[in-house]
Amino acid sequence: MATQTEADGVTRRDFLYVAGGAFAAVGAAAAAWPLIDQMNPSADVLALSSTEVDLSNIEVGQSITVMWRGKPVFIRHRTEQEIAEAAAVNVASLPDPQTDAERAMKPEWLIMVGVCTHLGCVPLGQRGDYNGWFCPCHGSHYDTSGRIRKGPAPLNLEIPAYEFLDDTTVKIG
Amino acid sequence: MASSTYEPKNRFIKAVNQQLPILSLIHGAVGAGYRAPKNLNYWWNFGSLAGVCLVVQIITGIVLAMHYTPHTSMAFSSVEHIMRDVNYGWLLRYVHANGASMFFIVVYVHIFRGLFFGSYRSPREMLWFLGLVIYLLMMATGFMGYVLPWGQMSFWGATVITNLFSAIPMVGDSIVAWLWGGFSVDNPTLNRFYSLHYLLPFVIVGVVILHIWALHIPGSNNPLGIDVKGPQDQVPFHPYYTAKDAFGIGVFFLVFAFFVFYAPNYLGHPDNYTEANPMVTPPHIVPEWYYLPFYAILRAIPDKLGGVIAMFAAILILFAMPWLDGSPARSARFRPIYRMLLWVFVADTFLLGYIGANAPDDVLHLGGVEIPFLILGRVATAFYFLFFLVIVPVVSRWETPLPLPKSINEAVLKKSAAKA
Repeated sequence: MATQTEADGVTRRDFLYVAGGAFAAVGAAAAAWPLIDQMNPSADVLALSSTEVDLSNIEVGQSITVMWRGKPVFIRHRTEQEIAEAAAVNVASLPDPQTDAERAMKPEWLIMVGVCTHLGCVPLGQRGDYNGWFCPCHGSHYDTSGRIRKGPAPLNLEIPAYEFLDDTTVKIG
Repeated sequence: MASSTYEPKNRFIKAVNQQLPILSLIHGAVGAGYRAPKNLNYWWNFGSLAGVCLVVQIITGIVLAMHYTPHTSMAFSSVEHIMRDVNYGWLLRYVHANGASMFFIVVYVHIFRGLFFGSYRSPREMLWFLGLVIYLLMMATGFMGYVLPWGQMSFWGATVITNLFSAIPMVGDSIVAWLWGGFSVDNPTLNRFYSLHYLLPFVIVGVVILHIWALHIPGSNNPLGIDVKGPQDQVPFHPYYTAKDAFGIGVFFLVFAFFVFYAPNYLGHPDNYTEANPMVTPPHIVPEWYYLPFYAILRAIPDKLGGVIAMFAAILILFAMPWLDGSPARSARFRPIYRMLLWVFVADTFLLGYIGANAPDDVLHLGGVEIPFLILGRVATAFYFLFFLVIVPVVSRWETPLPLPKSINEAVLKKSAAKA
């Protein structure tokens, strides 16, 4: 063979194998990415990412559930007692410490994603040991601020990004 | 393995087989060319039964796909259309739905057979691993199939199971969005589940072929768990085991037909006849019965990530059995203490299944005693892992097996002499 053998036994052919193999691997990865990424949320799904809600018809003590990104969002017009209960909690004692003020832009309106942070069920309102929400699937209890108090869920109910467009209209997302 | 070669008499068949020796292959795999131990009992029927189940599922599945619509707005009504309007649609769907349950029953017995008689031990580790891969593929296929009717249990089962991946640190939420193709279980999820539910059974067929290939290298294990010493220990697969398997299939079809015709919804959940509603979770979500023990393990652990890890570990630990078991004897027949503990383990899996079917907040009333299901689930989960991590390694190395027979032939002759 004309191939020159180096002192350590590495030939030019070895280099060509490795370089060729590496190039093929990069090519395969580049070809695989579209096949993987096609499963991610598509443009039309991402486009439906905000919703506007009229709050004027919700009386104190009432809740409504609206659909946002295919998930329920709870909007609760909290009572004075619920606000007081939520504010009175010792934050340091919570599994996922958050003050009520961090969770509700306006104390009377609690807006949160109605999906249990354990495994994604929809909790039931005004139930459970803390008079907040109770998830029937695996027994997580949330308080009147939607904070996890008892059960397997690791986090408080998620607060979506929202803003008040005026006193009675909120835009979620 | 001494095996006869396939020699067709017909000239045409001979010519075909010469250019494509597929008939020789069949002859060697499940014909007279495959010699199996002559003492195989009825526990050995469940391998061929599992193959029959797979064929039934694929045939009924292909025809159901001709009438089903994988869209959130039409999936539920297309299943009702199959039930009410399509000729024999009710029969095809009930066979497919109950067929999944039958498949799992058969495979659970098949796995238990392997555990009891030590079929996972050397030289059959590869055979065991391939079987477990089939089982994992079956679980994925069964789960995705249950989502397709788009009932309440379909939707919320899919939500809970896909959310298991959100427990993965850092990337969990991105993985779940990727699985869903959105921000919740929705149409993109249903479409991909349908695609994969159609694909995976054929992947299973491929692994089944590997499984049978790996079986034919060492040959079948047997109830004594001792090696074949010579041709006197064996009989040809055909006609002996083809006939025995055919009889087993007949009995199995009677049981199958009982469910299809007399209790078609017994193994299902009534909530799945309510169309999926993303806004309302049913008060009590349960998976299909064949996942219940693992569901109980998931709920027994108070930590989300820990529960998910424990659930997957409960299945994956079976891969370690060839190393966990260090007994000189394969078959539990010669290991009375281990055998007793193995039966306790079987009882424990049934108990876990029962716990998985009940709400974690509920209480079991046993006579006058009240046991919360949560506590019961934790004890049963602890025993499940104790069995694999302590009982199997320790008892298998400590227990001296009863004397093994010298050969399969000797044991068979002794048994028939005792009968006579």
